[in-house]
Amino acid sequence: MVSFETRERRTAVAFVTPAITVIAMVALVPIALTFWEALHSHDLRLPWLGRPFVGFDNFAEAAGDGRFQAAFVRTIVFALVTVPIEIACGVALALVMHSAIRGRAFVRAAALLPWAVPTVVAALVWRFMFDGQAGVVNVPLRAVGMMEAGFDWFVGPLTAWVPIALADIWKSTPFVAVLVLAGLQTIDTSLYEAAAMDGAGRVRQFFTITLPLLRPVLVVATAFRALDALRLFDLAYVLTGGGPGSSTEPLSLYAFIALLQRLRFGYGSAISIAVFLLTLGFALLWVRALGRTLEGDR
Amino acid sequence: MIAVRAVIVGALLFPLYWMLVASFTTEARLFEAPSLVPTAISLEHYRALFDTRDFLVPVRNSLVVAGFTTIFVIPIAALCAYALARMPFRGKRLLLALVLAVSMFPQISIVAPLYLGLRTLGLLNTYPGLVLPYLTFSMPLAIWLLTGFFRHFPRELEEAAMLDGASRFRALREIVLPLAAPGLASTAILTFLYCWNEFLFALSFTLGPERYTVPVAIALFRGRYQVPWGEVLAGAIVATIPVVILVLVFQRHIVAGLTAGATKG
Repeated sequence: MVSFETRERRTAVAFVTPAITVIAMVALVPIALTFWEALHSHDLRLPWLGRPFVGFDNFAEAAGDGRFQAAFVRTIVFALVTVPIEIACGVALALVMHSAIRGRAFVRAAALLPWAVPTVVAALVWRFMFDGQAGVVNVPLRAVGMMEAGFDWFVGPLTAWVPIALADIWKSTPFVAVLVLAGLQTIDTSLYEAAAMDGAGRVRQFFTITLPLLRPVLVVATAFRALDALRLFDLAYVLTGGGPGSSTEPLSLYAFIALLQRLRFGYGSAISIAVFLLTLGFALLWVRALGRTLEGDR
Repeated sequence: MIAVRAVIVGALLFPLYWMLVASFTTEARLFEAPSLVPTAISLEHYRALFDTRDFLVPVRNSLVVAGFTTIFVIPIAALCAYALARMPFRGKRLLLALVLAVSMFPQISIVAPLYLGLRTLGLLNTYPGLVLPYLTFSMPLAIWLLTGFFRHFPRELEEAAMLDGASRFRALREIVLPLAAPGLASTAILTFLYCWNEFLFALSFTLGPERYTVPVAIALFRGRYQVPWGEVLAGAIVATIPVVILVLVFQRHIVAGLTAGATKG
């Protein structure tokens, strides 16, 4: 007779095995294969050259490749600029949603829509709004004289980032807001009543009660957003195609071009690994920082 | 406060509103000064979309791929999530961390081996050739959401059933699953949404319009001289309609799913 605990353990293993097998097959094995592929020279357009092992040559090439370096810096700067804005706007939006008594469901639905819309759709809409002479953003700017006739957002290497960043902020702020709202709802309202009795104003209450209690949620939201920003692809591909030139090309897009347009699978894999290591590095740093703040609380 | 709220809702909805208005505006008027309120409604772009562009093909492709992925993922993820939430076994925390880590994988980092593998298997440009890659993000997502959900589920009922001699599997099937329907539904909706919206894998593993999903089809629309904005935006509206319906009908479930996964770690 097998004991209850043993039977439970066996059942648990049986329950998790199918899912783990799937995850191993479609995610873990492939990531290992990408590493392996990155150690080879493999050009699908030159199949007669085969797939010779070249060690870290592809990584060395990337390190010396100006386009790679620029894409690497761009990806990090994009995350550093958009994520704090999204967190701040997300908190503001959550506070508004929280304070709404009537019409809360309406505001929540309005907030969920940009988040749920396909990223490609978001990219197209923002491209259209900034496009050419008739773009709905451009007409009023020109009318009040803030924009010269003939100005085109997508021609300037820096201005082309504006619609990308705005589309990202528009789409991601609601996600942050939904998480923060859940955090707000767990805060005991008697804390605010006590603070009000002691004469603390709204602003003071926000900084001494709300913000500290929201910290765990904000840490999670920042991690989700940063990891998403570091793998930016859809918006750049659809909004600008990485242009003008390659001035709005993030790492994921450069890897995609190396892989599926130039068919350089070895080199493209090395760039993909760089994206992977970038997100992994951020995640490890974040977990460490998180561990330290949690210890600080004790 | 009401004014603030109106401005915020306006900012959130304006791009979608503008897309809707533009999709009903004739091509000629589209490039004049835009008017905020539609003056005349034209269906020309929608007609062109379905008559000359055969837009039903990508719609069908997206429905098939997202549907099959969801149907395949939910039962497997539910079993795993139930064990993670309820049963004792070694390496549980490690497994949960692994699931979360995989859900954070940058998709581009596995495009190369998936492409080569699908090519070897002859699955490029097929439905299974998209369903399989979609498991990489949908499986961890569903496990993560459902684990959060099962944790909040009262234990007493299944424990009573098991004291009466029911096996774990029977308790799960007959007691837990029927009661878990809302959680399973919200997870299925979110899984479907993620598949419906996915772009990079569909762009990488389809080769022609006959297998494009909706996002790929509208992203690759090209006119003879310039972007055919009217048709592009009409296509974008079609891509957005199922999303809007799901969000409006299931917004409570979606919020519950999102926050269960993210705030209770």
